[in-house]
Amino acid sequence: MIEARGLTKDYGSKRAVDDLSFDVRPGIVTGFLGPNGSGKSTTMRLILGLDRPTAGTVTVNGKGYRDLAAPLHEVGALLEARSVHTGRSAYHHLLALAQTHGIPKRRVHDLIDLVGLHEVAGKRAGTFSLGMGQRLGIASALLGDPQTLLLDEPVNGLDPEGIHWIRNLLKSLAAEGRTVFVSSHLMSEMSLTADHLVVIGRGRLIADASVEEFLRRASKDVVLVRSPEAARLLSLLQAAGIEAKPAEDGALEVTGLAARRIGDLAFEHRVPLHELTPQQATLEEAFMDLTRDDVEFRALQEAVA
Amino acid sequence: MTTLPVSLPRARVTLPRVLLSEWTKLRSVRSTLWSFFAALVMTVGFPVLFSFVVRSHWSHMSPREQADRHPLDVALVGTHIAQLAIGVLGVLVISAEYSTGMIRASMTAVPRRLPVLWAKTAVFAVVTFVLLLPAVLLAFYLSQTIFRAHHILEISFTHPGVARTVVAGALYLALVGVFALGLGAIVRNTAGGIATFAGILFVIPPLLLLLPSSWDNAISPYLPSNAGESMFTLAPGSHSLSPWAGFAVFLGYAAASIALAAALLLRRDT
Repeated sequence: MIEARGLTKDYGSKRAVDDLSFDVRPGIVTGFLGPNGSGKSTTMRLILGLDRPTAGTVTVNGKGYRDLAAPLHEVGALLEARSVHTGRSAYHHLLALAQTHGIPKRRVHDLIDLVGLHEVAGKRAGTFSLGMGQRLGIASALLGDPQTLLLDEPVNGLDPEGIHWIRNLLKSLAAEGRTVFVSSHLMSEMSLTADHLVVIGRGRLIADASVEEFLRRASKDVVLVRSPEAARLLSLLQAAGIEAKPAEDGALEVTGLAARRIGDLAFEHRVPLHELTPQQATLEEAFMDLTRDDVEFRALQEAVA
Repeated sequence: MTTLPVSLPRARVTLPRVLLSEWTKLRSVRSTLWSFFAALVMTVGFPVLFSFVVRSHWSHMSPREQADRHPLDVALVGTHIAQLAIGVLGVLVISAEYSTGMIRASMTAVPRRLPVLWAKTAVFAVVTFVLLLPAVLLAFYLSQTIFRAHHILEISFTHPGVARTVVAGALYLALVGVFALGLGAIVRNTAGGIATFAGILFVIPPLLLLLPSSWDNAISPYLPSNAGESMFTLAPGSHSLSPWAGFAVFLGYAAASIALAAALLLRRDT
């Protein structure tokens, strides 16, 4: 369980995190969404006690991170920025971390096998690919068998096989009753792994809802209609004052009228229907909608375009 | 696939555990091996080289020049050079954690932070002393062997103050390491840390020679470099501190460096 209350962090005159309050509950995967630069990594660092909040508090299992007597047993973290000495082998890196908590060597070996680094455990971490580095980061996060996991952009730089591996790992960790908090700027990734979403933009909370609720809230209430008599249906709808317009390959996009009512209307006028599909917003679209007012996000879009 | 159904002992972070962790960190990077190797070679090699040079030129030296030579100065000449390797390593031990990001892993494992600094300092100081003590003893033995063959500059290890002075050479190197480690932790940057270390130890002392000699004589003995050197000099000059005073002053510098590092470590974001 992670609880943030009024969490705020300034770097000089720039406010990176602005009055964030949210809970991350055990047993589910909570996705932490936001465009790049929205304050996700800063929030992670505040949770881990690496940075001190300017105002507000954040606790893990009811305690501030710095007050945890055995933090690796309570929280495992994978930060976005690499946190490994490039000149040290994967094995010695994990061993040094394990020793701070009296974790036995056997556990280090087991984790190296689990994340698939057995072949390269003796090599210097500086020689690792991005994917291998992520696996090493996951291994250090799991070292203390923690109840809570914080993962900052874990799929970054992973190949499809690695991404699949992370997804399943996150799900199985949550299924074991753990608290899993995973950040990403990729909405599509979150739609596959997360049950609950905390969405931020420019350091502020935009949404804190289940994935379904998030989508429902952002759904545009559009129905896609296909008919061999599309033109007649279009004029019928428009005559009834309903917003409708032709879409791709002869279909119609009807806004503001439930699919059921469109079907009834067509039946009354004996217009055959071939398709009647309520359009659900994708997580991607929902996210765009919610962050539309976000200046930095718009700037980012322009930069990408 | 899941996360290993093991029952781990849920042990808390303790200073002995952090000490073990820091020992693992120190021994598992190449820079440690190379720096210590260089320090050992310099600590032993230079006295041997100097002893041969002094011995072969002895007959051409004036009586006054001969009287200026002290056997322990020759035996411990390597210490002056080895301190560069130890100082660089001392900075690196902590600054490399910042440059690689390892510090974030260290601080999430030990969020109280200070145990990491204490353990790093203790492990590095003890390892330096334990490795360099045999080296200074060997350097003393070898240089005396070289001198004894010509019956010049002979001095017994049991002569008053000799054993203490030789041991102080290794102790000085350990403290130099501590001083540098503190600077590395304050500056949090390898190049900056090394520059600060070299600046304080090697650049400031000659600058003082530009001051009026009364000032120079009053200030110089208390500089880190000169106070430290007093520790392992058997016959200090009239403007030098006694060995014990030198030890106290240099210990103070090392302690101040670590204390400032500790205060900043607690205050700053990582």
